[in-house]
Amino acid sequence: MVSCQPGLLGQGSGALTIGQIDSATAKRGGSFIEKIPLHLKTGFHCNSNTPADEYLIPLKLTWTPGPAQADAVVYPKPQLENYAFSPKPVSVYSGTFVLETKFKVPADAKPGMAMINGKLRYQACNERECLPPKTLDVQIPIDIE
Amino acid sequence: MTNRVSRLAAVAVIALSFLSLACYTVQTFANAAVKPEKDRRAAPDFALKDANGNSVRLSDYKGKVVLLDFWATWCGPCKVEIPWFIQFEQQYKDKGFAVLGVSMDEDGWNVVKPFIEEHKMNYRVALGNDQVSELYGGLDSLPTTLLVDRSGRIAKIHIGLETGRDGFENEITNLLAAPTMGGVRPTPGFLPAWLAGPR
Repeated sequence: MVSCQPGLLGQGSGALTIGQIDSATAKRGGSFIEKIPLHLKTGFHCNSNTPADEYLIPLKLTWTPGPAQADAVVYPKPQLENYAFSPKPVSVYSGTFVLETKFKVPADAKPGMAMINGKLRYQACNERECLPPKTLDVQIPIDIE
Repeated sequence: MTNRVSRLAAVAVIALSFLSLACYTVQTFANAAVKPEKDRRAAPDFALKDANGNSVRLSDYKGKVVLLDFWATWCGPCKVEIPWFIQFEQQYKDKGFAVLGVSMDEDGWNVVKPFIEEHKMNYRVALGNDQVSELYGGLDSLPTTLLVDRSGRIAKIHIGLETGRDGFENEITNLLAAPTMGGVRPTPGFLPAWLAGPR
């Protein structure tokens, strides 16, 4: 049995902000899917998790081992955009988009409130300039029953 | 006959006036592209390493006009400017000009050296660090490109792709044509107060 309640408020002061993350409630041995909403400032894009150019810094969400085990992160389908600075289309995200991760709670997990911690690394640009790469903390409060 | 000559003379005078005005306007705009000398402040000096491990100081370039480009391999707009800077280095290096690239790549030479080779960059590149970034106001956006005059003062700052190749070239040629102040750099004062002033 999994249930989600409104949780953390968004964070991030750069080009990308993390939206509201729902706190999770899960039983030991259960699983749940967590959605991480992200928003880029108008005019900005960030590289997708699979940029075509080896020098570009991909969007990457990683979870640190904790009260729940994370499966692979599911990234949305990127947009292929043409920019003046690139001879070939660039694989990017812009606007609002959502990353998803499925978590499994071990059967022997300690009941009670806990925190799942992750890091989101991104690098954003607009048509004229790029901002340095940034890493944001991502936290999901979880109530293990 | 006399009337015709008079008309031709009048047309010629008007045409010449327009031409003079056009030349004046072009020159004025070109000169306006860089800061007036009185508004220029000393570019903070730094010591970094280049791709060969040699020390690079901005003060090594005293007496030269320097295009100081803060860039990174992951920065798309930076790649637009690099071919221009390669041309400028080639074209003006014997006239008292140099391009100095400062890469802000966190991954260091492992990524920067292959990039330099792939893009056939003919100018000197050093690896930047947090200290240099702080000296230059944080470098929140790349590319950030400065034109430093022969006296070591910041004549122009471009943040992002805000000018084209011709804009840069006008600024470089204006600075190269300006009379030197004995090739002496002023003592670099700490600032990034210059960021608060006009670019």
